[in-house]
Parts: sequence; structure tokens; C-alpha cells
Amino acid sequence: MQFPVLSVIVFIPAVFGALILLIPQERKTEIRMAALTAAFIAMALAAWVYFSYDVAASGYQFVERYQWLPALGISYYVGVDGISAPLVLLTGVVMFTGVLISWGVDDRPREFFAFLFILATGVFGVFVALDLFGLFFFYEIAVFPMYLLIAIWGWKVTREYAAMKLTLYLFIGSVISLVGALAMYFASGLGTFDMLALETANYSVTFQRFWFPFVFIGFAVLGGIFPFHNWSPDGHVAAPTAVSMFHAGVLMKLGAFAALRVGIMLLPEGAKFWMPVIIIFTLVNVVYGAFIALVQTDFKYVIGFSSVSHMGLVLMGFATLKAEGLTGAGVQMFSHGIMTALFFAVVGMVYDRAHTREIPKLGGFATVMPWVTVAFIIGGLVSMGMPGFSGFIAEFPIFMGVWRTQPWIAIVAAISIVITAAYVLRVVGRVFFGKMPEEFVGHITNITPLDKVALVLLSAILIIVGVYPSIMVPLVESGVENILRLLGGA
Amino acid sequence: MNLIENNLLSLILFTPAFVAGVLVFLPREEKGLIRWVALLGSLIPLALAIFLWLSFDTNEPGFQFQEVQIWYAAIQSSYHLGVDGISVTMVLLTTLLTPLAILASYSIQENVKSYMFLFLLLEMGMLGVFLSLDLLLFFVFWEFGLVPMYFLINQWGSEKGERTLWGGRKMKARTYASFKFMIFTMAGSLGLLLAIQMIGVVAGTFDMLVLFDTLPGLSSGTLFGIPVSTVKALAFWAFVIAFAIKVPVWPFHTWLPDAHTEAPTAGSMILAGVLLKLGGYGFLRLVLPLYPVESRQYAGALAFLATMAIIFGALAAWGQRDFKRLVAYSSVNHMGFVLLGIAAAALAAGTENAVLALNGAVLQMFNHGLSAAGMFFLVGVIYERTHSRDLNDYGGLFPLVPVYGGILIFTSMASLGLPGLNGFISEFLVVRGVWPIFTFFTALSMIGLFFTGAYILKGLKMTLHGPLNKRWVGHLSEINARELLVITPLMVMMLWIGVWPAWILDLINKTNVMLFG
Repeated sequence: MQFPVLSVIVFIPAVFGALILLIPQERKTEIRMAALTAAFIAMALAAWVYFSYDVAASGYQFVERYQWLPALGISYYVGVDGISAPLVLLTGVVMFTGVLISWGVDDRPREFFAFLFILATGVFGVFVALDLFGLFFFYEIAVFPMYLLIAIWGWKVTREYAAMKLTLYLFIGSVISLVGALAMYFASGLGTFDMLALETANYSVTFQRFWFPFVFIGFAVLGGIFPFHNWSPDGHVAAPTAVSMFHAGVLMKLGAFAALRVGIMLLPEGAKFWMPVIIIFTLVNVVYGAFIALVQTDFKYVIGFSSVSHMGLVLMGFATLKAEGLTGAGVQMFSHGIMTALFFAVVGMVYDRAHTREIPKLGGFATVMPWVTVAFIIGGLVSMGMPGFSGFIAEFPIFMGVWRTQPWIAIVAAISIVITAAYVLRVVGRVFFGKMPEEFVGHITNITPLDKVALVLLSAILIIVGVYPSIMVPLVESGVENILRLLGGA
Repeated sequence: MNLIENNLLSLILFTPAFVAGVLVFLPREEKGLIRWVALLGSLIPLALAIFLWLSFDTNEPGFQFQEVQIWYAAIQSSYHLGVDGISVTMVLLTTLLTPLAILASYSIQENVKSYMFLFLLLEMGMLGVFLSLDLLLFFVFWEFGLVPMYFLINQWGSEKGERTLWGGRKMKARTYASFKFMIFTMAGSLGLLLAIQMIGVVAGTFDMLVLFDTLPGLSSGTLFGIPVSTVKALAFWAFVIAFAIKVPVWPFHTWLPDAHTEAPTAGSMILAGVLLKLGGYGFLRLVLPLYPVESRQYAGALAFLATMAIIFGALAAWGQRDFKRLVAYSSVNHMGFVLLGIAAAALAAGTENAVLALNGAVLQMFNHGLSAAGMFFLVGVIYERTHSRDLNDYGGLFPLVPVYGGILIFTSMASLGLPGLNGFISEFLVVRGVWPIFTFFTALSMIGLFFTGAYILKGLKMTLHGPLNKRWVGHLSEINARELLVITPLMVMMLWIGVWPAWILDLINKTNVMLFG
């Protein structure tokens, strides 16, 4: 039997999370080392899956299947394709770097890492699930620890409010999707939750058109789709750094990914019918998100709204239902995940030292934190779609896809590029350059070597994908081909 | 040897990035070492470019030294490099000015490592534009060059100066200037980006050689429900505006005086010397071949803008008190001739006059690169000593700094277009070529040429002549050996082209005859 690498990836965080709970509270170093070990193994295995995925063969690979509740047609069924393999790698990288930069968490680190790892298990699970029930199962597992992580370790001012808002939004979203999923289960008449089987269910066009919006929007809430996006900046801001990284970096991809997997792939006729409408919502995401980011005074809110704008591009890529758009969206999910993790790591490092995130009160951090400054600039360049970085590689095909469907949307959406440049440069100029306020002089310390490892790893990935897109794009393309086949070769 | 010849363009393109990578690992306190590594590193592309120049076969049509590699297969974009006579000229200009600019930056003391790192990346970005034969790759390098330039202005720009924004908030002038530079250029390239995407969708390839063949022929039918001719006209203007901002053509020039004035000396040298040429190069490489019909249709409008740039640029320069701003506006004036030549060639493609005008335009790009870099450098030399750019603070400096004064006069005369120096040759060619095509506009632009003389003499008069400003006696030192080393090659080139232009004009002419004749 082949080594069950996906199961190991999925359950390593949960197992280590449980083990960490057994370590005595005071032994913080051991707790952290255990967490780091788990994260490193998960990342290494994810990288192994990513690089040994056979692009030429495409399809689902590393598949494992065990009966779970045969009476209901539920099985434990996992595998990765070209869309999910990069996302598994993304989760591994964000998990590893998240642990690195959380080294300084001093308040109950044991529980913190345990919850974070349960979250990671949920996320890995969704990305590899090939069974609809399993997908929901892991999806809820991923959402639940988020509440505790924000409410307990979050920013004191808004944490209860944000945690509540986030959880309610996401639960309502997933309940709506669940209803849709159950409808699909019963209507198929196949008596199985196997998504590959459901792909062949031949639902009637009316059925698909009716249920598509429920399923797609339900999941897309977690992807931050307008007008259901406003849990996300609040949630990002209130969460502790590593959780923000996870949240914006990975969790939002979960929503987009599930919307793709369940919405578009299982209900392709519905997708074709509704996408001209949905693309307009995503346009609002992209442009409006960028404008709102421009006027924020809280450093972390800027990044929060930038995520709304960039996730809009992912969903816009989906909405084109064209090869370029979907490929771009796949790369954008990865690129944005790494980029936003980098951003939130940087914001956290600044906040930990300055204890404020008000942009007008900050300044001059480049002199004391050069690494952080460079990392933020790299993230910023990715975010404004500067060629040479992964953001360009992702956004360019998305725009080409949009050109193929509704050209005027491409023209309007392009405005966001300039606005993004404006807000990134504004933050760079006000926070990192300029004159450092008196009260900080002499009090700001440089970051630790562990932080540097995290920043370098994230930045390097953004540059490598940007300069050498062939490392990722053919993989995503192979996954997209499958989607196009389901859409009827469109 | 074969290995070098087969990958010559890649070597030229990536050597600066490689040297920049080496700099990262040098200790930041070792300023001297960093400077020398950067300088010697930037001499390698120059040597390679000279080798390229010598081994370039002028009689062979089409692009030479081509390299094709898979880059972004999903959207049919490849790493495709190649050069013709126009690009070789521009590559030579870039690789020549970069070492000189690095040598001119030896006086930079803060963050030398980051400075040199960015400078070398800037060189790579500019070279990439001149070498690319793939539209997407072209855009990649086009945008990429912005980033280092932004930081060079933002971080190493002049310390003094404040701008009051609307709303009353005060901002450092260099922050304002760099932001304006970035946003103007990005907004300009937005249209370019959209047009490139559109072309990619319509043509299914970004390879310029293919597009040169297919795109101009595309004329009937509809695209996106709109007649093809309308779509192409829109795309044409998107390209034109992006390049016009970079050149810069009136009325898109307003970022330039700010950026130039605030940039560090070497930054201004490269900005005026090479970055503006990217715009002109864009017109020659992309606009004329891709949109021959539209270019012809709107040539009058382009000629009008060019004439306005020549006249207003000269008048604005004449009105300045700030020496650096004066030189900055002179760029608007001189680059106007480049666009005028291009506009004429667009209207009368294929005629002898068009080729003459284009020869003038390309040579003017090269010449302006030399003289503008020289002028900015000389302004920088005096600024470093006096910490003032206000012309009213100078006066009668000639006796204090006779060598500097002589060099300033020489370079100014080249810029003014004195026969015997380089500027005359190219401006004469442009005017000679354009006259039969746009007689009225050429005549109008002569007014601009008159004021060119006026502002250059004004600059000379207020610095070197007139009553001596006593405060500089004993404080103003003569130009030093390092600075002489920077300006001498430029002066030699100016004189060389002025006296015997055939060595460079021959190559440009043959290329233009093949491309547009």
C-alpha cells in the first residue's frame, strides 16, 4: 500500500495539537518546539506532494478511500488535483511561518497552538476532501476554533464583537450551502456524497439554476464576496497575528475553493447562468475594497480591506469560467495567501513593538526594522500586481479571462491597480519611512531570527513564482482542464 | 565564445541583477567596496554591449541574437529577446550611462548598499524593455523599472523642500515627487496593460514578430460587439498615452519636473538619459509597426502635441529660477523633436523623408541621453558644493571654477544644438525630414528652438557670468578628478557624433530603411 501522505498531512496538526495539550503549561519552550516540529513536517510533506504531483497524468492523485458511514454513502475520500495541491502547500507554509512568528505568544501558548492546529487540520481536510460530507465536516472544524482564537487571544478592543460577527456570518453561510448540498445529495439519486460521482449526476438545468446561488454564495461568504465581506476586515484586525495570517491567508481560500468545488464543479449549468451577475459583485469587491483600503487609518484594516479586494479577483477569475480566468484565480489563491500572510506578519511585528496601529502615529520604522520594511515592500509590490512578482502572474490571466467575457469589467477593475499602488505606497511612506515619533526612538527592537526566517521564506516564494511561473502554472492548468470539461468544454 | 554569443542578450540583461545579488552579501559598512563592485559590475554589460555593437550585422534585416525560452506557457508568452539597430543603440546608451551614473553617485553616503542594489536593478529593467520581443515581457520590464526609480527618488532625493498639498498638509518634496512619478506612470501603463491583455485575447500570442504580421491586417468585423477599427483606435491611444507619459509629451509631462528636481543626481541622469527614451522606443518599436493605419490617421494630433512640447518646454525652461528644473523642462523640449519625427514618419511611412525624420528621432534619443545626463550631472556638481539650485544664488562663478565653467558651456552648447556637436545633427535631421510633411508644425517648432537658445544662455549667464556672488569665494572648489572622469566620456561622444556622425547614423539608417522604408 502506498504511504497515506494526505491523511498524515491532515491529521498531523490535530495529533500534535492533542499531544501539546499533554505538555505541562509552564514548559513553554517544549510546547513551541513541538508545534514547530509538527508544522515543519506538515509543510515538508505538503511540499513533497506538490512537487511529486504528476502534471502530465493530472486528475486526482494520492487518493485514499475508506468507508465511513456506508449506509449514508459517506466515505473518507481524499485526493489532490492541480487546484488543491498549491493550496495544501500554501497551508503548510502559512502554518510553519505562523508558528515561527508566534514564538512570542506568552498567554497560554499550549491552548493557542492546540486550537491553531485543529484549525489547520480542518483547512487541510477541506482542500483534500473528495467527499461532500467530509468537506463540510472539515469546513466546520476549521471555522469553530477561529472563534476561540479571536475571542481569547485577539485584540482586546474588538475581539468579542469580531469573533461573534465572523462566526455567525460563516455559520450562516455554511448552513445555506449545506442545504444546497443536501438537495444535491437527494436529487442525484445516487445515494452517495462522493463528489466525483455527483459530478456525473446530470442534474436538470432548472435544479442547477435554482440551487447554484445558495451553494456558491454560502461558501463565497468565507471568500469575502461583496456584500457579505464585512465580517472579514473586523475579523482580521481582531485576530492575533498568526491567526490573521491563517485567516486571510488560508481560510478565505477555503471559501473560494469550496465555492469552486461544490458550486461550479457540481452545478456547472447554474454557474453559467449566474456568473454574469456574480462577476458584477466581484467587481465591486475589487474596486470598492481598494478604495476603502485607501482611506483606513488603522494599518491592519488597510491589509484587511486589501484582502477583500484581492479575493474579489479570485472570485472574478472563477466567474469568467474561462481557462485563463480560472488558472489565474488558482494562482491568485496561492499568491494572495502567501502575500497576505506576509503582510499580517509584518503588521504584527510592528504592532508588538509600537502598541499602536494608527498610521499617523507611526513612522521611520525602516531604520530599526530593515527586514520588515523590505518584506512589506515585497508584499506591497505583489499586491499592486508588479511584474516580477507572483501577483502579476496571477492577475494577468484573470484579466484576460474577463476580457473574454465582459471587456468593460476588465477596464473598470483595472482602476484597482492604481488605487492599490496608492494605498501600498501610502503605508510604506507613512509607517516605514519618514520621521520616527519621539516616543518610539530607542524603544523599538529589531525582529528575532525566527521572524526573519518566516519573512524570507514567504518573500522568496512570491519572487520565485513571479519570475518562474512554470513552477506553478502548469499544475493549476491541469486542474482547470478538469473544470472546463465539466463546464462542457467552454 | 559561442556560449557568449548565443546568450549575449541574456548576459547583458542579467549581469546587473547578478551584481546586485552579489552586493546583498557584502557588509553594509564597506561603502568603498560596495561602490567598486557596483562600478566594475556595471562595466561588464558595457563591454558586452560594445561587443554586441561590433558583432551586429548591419546588412542583415530583422532581429539578431534572438533567444527564445518558455516562460509563461499558459498565456502563450515566452522569454523572447532580440535586437535591431534601434535597440542596439539604446542598449549602448543604457550601458554607457549606468557606470557613469554609478561613478557620479560616489558622493552618496547613506545606505550605499541599497542604493547600488536598486541602481543595478533599474539598469536591468531598462535593458529588458529594449531587448524584449514579447509584448508581455516588454510590459514586465517596463513596469519593473518603476520600482527602483521610485525608491531612489523617495529615499535619496534632495533633503530640502516641502510641498503643501490641498488640505494644507505638508509633505516632503521628494515624497511628493516620487509618489507623483509612480502614480502617473502606473496610471499611464494601465491603459497599456489593458490593451496588451486585449491583444493577447484577440491574437492568442504576445510574440511581437507574429503580432507585427497579423495585427495591422486585422481590420474588418467586430470585437466585443464593437467594430474592430474602433477597438484598434482605442488600443492605439492606450499605447500612445502610456508612452507619451514616459517621453513625456505635453500635456502629460507634469510629473517630470518634480521627479527630476527631487531625484539624486545620478537618478536624474538615468531618468533623463534613459528612462525617457523608453517612451520614444515604445513609439518606434510598438506603436508604428502595430498600428500603421491608426498612426497615420492620428499623426497630425501627435505632431501637434510634439510641437506644443517643444514650444512650452522651452518657454517653461526659460521661466525657471531653479537650475535643475530648467534642465528638466529642457528634456520636454528636446524629446518633443523625437515625437515630431515619429509623427512625420507615421503620416508618410515609406518615403525618404520619413526615414530621415526617424533617423533624426533615434539619434536625438541617443544625443539627448548624452547631453541631458551631462547637464544633470553638472547641475549636481554645483549643487553638492553650494547646496542651492537657485540661479539667483549663483553668478560670476566662471573665475572661481574655470574648468567646470568650460565644461558647462560645452555641454550646454551640445544641448542647444550648436553645429559641430551632436545635438545639431539630430535636430537638423528631424527638421529636414519633417519639413515637407508637416511644414506648419516644423515652422512653429522653430519658435521653440529659438527659446532653447534663450534658456540655455540664461542658465549660463546666471551661473557663470555677471557680478560675482561673494559668498562663494573660497567655498567653491573646482570639479574633481572623479567628476571629470564622469563627464569626459560624455563630452567625447558629443564631439565625436557632432563631427563624424556616420559611425552611428549608418546603423540607424539601415535599420530604419528596413523597418519603415
